Amino acid sequence: MNATVAQLTARSLLGGRRVILLITLPGVLVLLAIIARGLAGQDNDVAVGVLSGFALATLVPLLGLIAGTGAIGPEIDDGSIIYLLSKPLSRFSIATTKVVVAVAVISVFAAVPTLLAGLILTGASNLAVAFALGALVAGAAYGALFVLLAVMTRHAVVIGLLYALIWETLVGSYVPGARALSIRQWALAVTEKALGRRAGDLNVESAVSLGVGIAFLLIVIVGCTWFAGSRLRSLRLTSDE
Amino acid sequence: MSTPADYGRARPGRNQGVIHDLGYRHYDGPRLGRAVITRALFVESAKGAYGLGRSARSKVMPMILLAAMCLPAIIIAIVTVVTKADAPSYTAYLLNTELLVMVYVAGQAPASVSRDLRFRVISLYFSRPIRRIDYVAAKYAAMAVALLVFMVLPLTILFAGALLAKLPIGDQVPNYLRSLAGAVLLALVLAGIGLVIAALTPRRGLGVAAVIAVLAMLAGVQAAVQAIADDQGRDTFAGYAGLISPFTIVDGVQSALLGADTVLPAQPPGIAGGLVFLLAALLIVAGTFGALLMRYRKVSI
Repeated sequence: MNATVAQLTARSLLGGRRVILLITLPGVLVLLAIIARGLAGQDNDVAVGVLSGFALATLVPLLGLIAGTGAIGPEIDDGSIIYLLSKPLSRFSIATTKVVVAVAVISVFAAVPTLLAGLILTGASNLAVAFALGALVAGAAYGALFVLLAVMTRHAVVIGLLYALIWETLVGSYVPGARALSIRQWALAVTEKALGRRAGDLNVESAVSLGVGIAFLLIVIVGCTWFAGSRLRSLRLTSDE
Repeated sequence: MSTPADYGRARPGRNQGVIHDLGYRHYDGPRLGRAVITRALFVESAKGAYGLGRSARSKVMPMILLAAMCLPAIIIAIVTVVTKADAPSYTAYLLNTELLVMVYVAGQAPASVSRDLRFRVISLYFSRPIRRIDYVAAKYAAMAVALLVFMVLPLTILFAGALLAKLPIGDQVPNYLRSLAGAVLLALVLAGIGLVIAALTPRRGLGVAAVIAVLAMLAGVQAAVQAIADDQGRDTFAGYAGLISPFTIVDGVQSALLGADTVLPAQPPGIAGGLVFLLAALLIVAGTFGALLMRYRKVSI
């Protein structure tokens, strides 16, 4: 961790036009919660549909993508990363800082709105807290994964999209085995546990058990951060097509 | 830095300057003008959307997406040929593969316009005889044509499969034509939305994320609102909820005006509802084209 790198990263994430997206997306979730509450009243099934189908499935991966790739991608894109890499800092600490800032941004812009949407939909209940917790851990894993992708390839955003939207949504719904390899399912295991016995009634069911889910989440977060640092040690700057 | 005024003072004999004849030859031939430049820009942009005429690395993504888009169609066509059963659903195909279409437009719309802004090539374009509207029209048409190819290819594979299976041709052609009409409308709508968002930022990565975020969000909200409204028995509201996402707008036009079957839980109520959907689609096309013209009145980023 390095405070200056953290400050620079936060400024580049929140300073430009990217922040418009970071604010709009959670705004849409809250708006959707208000519409759903207006249409259906206080309905737990509707709440689970919105929080699981929309917040966890769409909002968190998209915010993870925007914040994760945005934490390091633009610097690699325009080549200014060499000024950072030429400083006497461990590449691992640079990668760790980038991941931490990205995860913090995702937490603020994804987990907090998920909590808010849950509260709007169901009033004070552990449903909102459980899904916010799921959004938090999923956001951390997506953040680390997408920082790594941004270090590894220029097409990070497109590849990240293919994973987050197509692998987890399309392939996951047809191929049962693919569901075990999905950040969303691991996060859902945390949500399921936080809901306790109500999970069965609410139809919140993860493809993996809690232990497996947490283990995979930790492996992804730590592994991606470490690998991103290791790739930064031998980064090759290539020109834009 | 010396200002023009300093420059004048530093050289008292500024009016004695001479233009030397270096012997360069004049060009007296025909000048091809706006139309030809616009056409060249259109052709290059349309090819560029598949990486043709660019490096091998920029061919990878569009070609993978095109292959992924056609793969389900090829499988369905083979199944149709082998089993001779069940006509494939042309009109639902684009709705079922909407994620791939979104990723394609998100990937290629910024590639088409962001780099012109980022490397300030855009000022060079506008120093040629083309006008703002020519640039916008060429880029818009190129993106729409690229998207059309992306969507029509799998539909045609489905159609070819049905013909090979000797399914009754009278049943197949109307549905195929309906889906083609839908694909044209969808290509125009998506090209507009993608280009407007992409033209707002010189950063390709952010452009990609912004386009996909907007499209995926709209699709997600649309699905959620329509499902809830349908569940609560509010049929009219559920029908009009299709107006939220471009994909369901086009599906609404297909089902209410062209008589196609829909896979959505609700469709626009009657012909009037269908006309509202068509109007919405045309408004998006006109609105995004106008917004692009506004955007390019100034080339600053």
